[in-house]
Amino acid sequence: MTNEGDTTLTTRSDSRLRAEHLSIGYDDKSVIADLSVDVLDGRITAIVGPNACGKSTLLRGLARLLKPSGGQVILDGNDINGMHTKEVARRLGLLPQTSIAPEGISVADLVSRGRFPHQKVLRQWSTDDDAAVAYAMRATAVTELAGRLVDELSGGQRQRVWVAVVLAQQTPLVLLDEPTTFLDIAHQVELLDLFAKLNREDNRTVVAVLHDLNHACRYADQIIAMKSGHIVAQGDPSDVITEELVEAVYGLKCQIIDDPQTGTPLVVPRASPHVTARR
Amino acid sequence: MTAHAPATSPAAPTQATRSPTQRSRVLGLLVCAALLFATCLASLAIGTESVSLPTVFHALTDYHDVGDQWIVHDLRVPRTAVALLVGLALGLSGTLIQAVGRNPLADSEVLGINSGAALFVVCAISFLGLTGIWTYIWFAFAGALFAMVLVYLVGMTGRAPVTPVRVLLAGVAIAAVMDGIGFAVRLRNPRAFDNMRFWDAGALDGRSLEVAAAIAPFIAVGVALCVVVARSLNVTALGEELARSMGGNVARTQALSLVAVTLLAGAATAGAGPIGFVGLMVPHAVRRFTGPDWRWILAYATLAAPALLLAADVVGRVIIPPAELPAGIVTAFLGAPVLIWLIRKRGADRA
Amino acid sequence: MTITEKSRNTVDFGRRQLVVRVGGCSARASWRALAVVVALLAGAVVFAVLAIGIGKYTVSPSDVLGVLMGTNTSFDRVVVLEWRMPRMLMALLIGAALGVSGAIFQALTRNALGSPDIIGINSGAYTGALVVIAGIGGGYYAVATGALVGGLVTAVAVYALSYRNGLAGYRLIVVGIAVSAVLNSVNQWIVIKLDYHVAITAAVWQQGTLNGLTWSQVWPMTLCLFVVGAILVVMGPQLPVLQMGDDAAGALGVRPDRARLGYLVAGVGLVAVACAAAGPVSFVALAAPQLARRLTASPGVALVPAAAMGAVLLLVSDIVAQQAFPGTELPVGAVTVSLGGAYLIYLLVTQARQR
Repeated sequence: MTNEGDTTLTTRSDSRLRAEHLSIGYDDKSVIADLSVDVLDGRITAIVGPNACGKSTLLRGLARLLKPSGGQVILDGNDINGMHTKEVARRLGLLPQTSIAPEGISVADLVSRGRFPHQKVLRQWSTDDDAAVAYAMRATAVTELAGRLVDELSGGQRQRVWVAVVLAQQTPLVLLDEPTTFLDIAHQVELLDLFAKLNREDNRTVVAVLHDLNHACRYADQIIAMKSGHIVAQGDPSDVITEELVEAVYGLKCQIIDDPQTGTPLVVPRASPHVTARR
Repeated sequence: MTAHAPATSPAAPTQATRSPTQRSRVLGLLVCAALLFATCLASLAIGTESVSLPTVFHALTDYHDVGDQWIVHDLRVPRTAVALLVGLALGLSGTLIQAVGRNPLADSEVLGINSGAALFVVCAISFLGLTGIWTYIWFAFAGALFAMVLVYLVGMTGRAPVTPVRVLLAGVAIAAVMDGIGFAVRLRNPRAFDNMRFWDAGALDGRSLEVAAAIAPFIAVGVALCVVVARSLNVTALGEELARSMGGNVARTQALSLVAVTLLAGAATAGAGPIGFVGLMVPHAVRRFTGPDWRWILAYATLAAPALLLAADVVGRVIIPPAELPAGIVTAFLGAPVLIWLIRKRGADRA
Repeated sequence: MTITEKSRNTVDFGRRQLVVRVGGCSARASWRALAVVVALLAGAVVFAVLAIGIGKYTVSPSDVLGVLMGTNTSFDRVVVLEWRMPRMLMALLIGAALGVSGAIFQALTRNALGSPDIIGINSGAYTGALVVIAGIGGGYYAVATGALVGGLVTAVAVYALSYRNGLAGYRLIVVGIAVSAVLNSVNQWIVIKLDYHVAITAAVWQQGTLNGLTWSQVWPMTLCLFVVGAILVVMGPQLPVLQMGDDAAGALGVRPDRARLGYLVAGVGLVAVACAAAGPVSFVALAAPQLARRLTASPGVALVPAAAMGAVLLLVSDIVAQQAFPGTELPVGAVTVSLGGAYLIYLLVTQARQR
């Protein structure tokens, strides 16, 4: 945290990416206001909250897709909005919620576009590019699909291809905007396991907006719970996810038990009389 | 992943407005009727040579070839009659297209339907030497139908999602082809080119009662079809699957509407050349008073569209004396800003 | 099967690629795309050589080649180099410009039916030309300037009217349609007012014609293509990234609005100059990018194949326009309109097959 009167921005040694008094809004409507948060390096952070609480907005603000109306986003000690876009893209990757696969594009072609931040006019396909794309496709298990058209793939396969695009970017920080939408349960777990592996093996910092609380508890080292544009709680899952917090943020009465597999909190919604009456 | 959402209906109001009561709707209808009456009077009286209202009255009720009465009798009455019919036809065809096509940005001009009708008419005149409206009106119908089928096939089939803009683009492309070919045809026959210059701008000047009589029966059939289809429009506007589940016969509505638009747009173009934007503007203009009920929008359009065209024609007569600006040009100048305003208001390219 | 170090680090694109690495520089292209571009250009040369000899004064292809090599110094030289070659070159240059412009607009609007004409440039250029014709009755350069100014002013107006928190393809299209309609009315009005013979001349210009083009027009056109080409090269491969959606593009380091504006300026510049040089030639910009895409089987729209395709299309159209009816010469736009019609039919067929 910077002190009053301290005009130089220092980089905290464990937080390359942070928001300071960040406010973002559209058309006079404020979505998040005066929000400050540090993203812990080398950790998985999950942002959770009810619909329209501003979690996607926060992520997109961190990813520089949205311009703040107040405050700053700091990356490696510099204001992210003042940095060169390609430079940012070499350090920060984002998996957006909606992307468009151009018509008739093959998997390999699409993944190779993830190398854009590293390419120059005269350096369009270096050996590094080749290796990075090959690695990305291996990590997401889409190598056999390399020549197939993206249009022809299933939802799960397509999402893996988009993850490969982000991986090809080779960024130390990766932001994920609701990556598990459109996926069935097996693929959701597969995807989150992949990012857990990338975090452990390459020490990549991962920030993900997740709508499933139990996923967040299982995979995240740090949870940021938001409501109405403000951070309600922040910290280790077992500290943050309590029955009181879930009720306060989501309006849902629940019971919290320990996940039998991982020991992290598991949210079990209280059953309404109509449901228990069926048994 | 694609970014396009499945088609939803724009029939529901996008702002939270109090929906108009039955009483206010009827009131509005009477206001439209009054407007129509006023514009008719204006059309009969105003022009490069203005005629006094008593003279108009005399000319209509007890015609003697005295003073200025001939202007009313020989020039203005036919012109007003044609404008009434053409305006009616354009307004209704535009409303149908927007309702059935679920496309708030369309009318027969923008979708190339008028261009198709015009092309076939030009060919009939150039190659077959036909001159009477009784003959080339059939070509207008054929051309309108042809263009409509093309726009449907190019803009609404295939794998890409159907959005209003995609259909518009198809219409623009097809209109461009039709216009281009029509142009080339005209250049081949220089006399046709000379004669058709004026018709191309959408002119009501010089139309005889014969023209009105020729297009009237087809427009009447078109109007009748509108009445038949009106009730099912609200349901059709919800989208095919939902409409069918509610018991609406979507195919029947679409087929009848297709015939109606062919007759209406074809007759209008045959009568007065291609005139645009009337069909586009009127449904939007009246919706503020009618709410999203297509039956009421049709009813209002029946009165408001002719009034609009008459007003445009009158404006064209007085705006650059002593010359006259063709009505089609006036409607373009009026309609383009409306279209621009419409698109700036909408948030996204929703189907 | 052993996995070697090399194959672990090389991507199999499913289609053969040509990768060139020299020093610190590298480039990659699919063999098929390269082959198509080379074939198109070769085809253009062949058509040009064959067609350049046809006319009232015939020159056999071998004599034409002799002129090009410098071995033939007879009157053939004058016919080939001074009379006919500028026109052929202009057809290639203007066709390429239209092809690239069409590709840019289709990429920006994310729609295969997008074309520069939708933003009203052609209508605006016609207005500018008509104003000059009606007002001063000027010659080629006056009309060309009028067309250029008219087209550019229209493009700026459409851009300004459609800009609302950024540039969106669909808004550009609809505003373009509205502005075109207004300008078309103005044009119709002016045409009505013109003297009959002048009106016919204006109408012929409006179709687009390469008649009467000489070397003095070739150089400005080449220069313009060069400048725009340089801009496009400097902008790098941002267009393919833009096509992935604004979010993905932003994440990869492209500023979507700025990139779109840059490409829009390039696309407008190309078509405005093409329009000034030869009048608004229709449908090359619409058809060339998609036809090129089919042939090269490449994703999205690619600029270089579109340029090659556009060049060939316009050259062939011009040859047809000159030779189709012996004795008279059609404006090249009349031929491209038929091309447009054929292209639409082709679209219908392919779309019907997709169902």
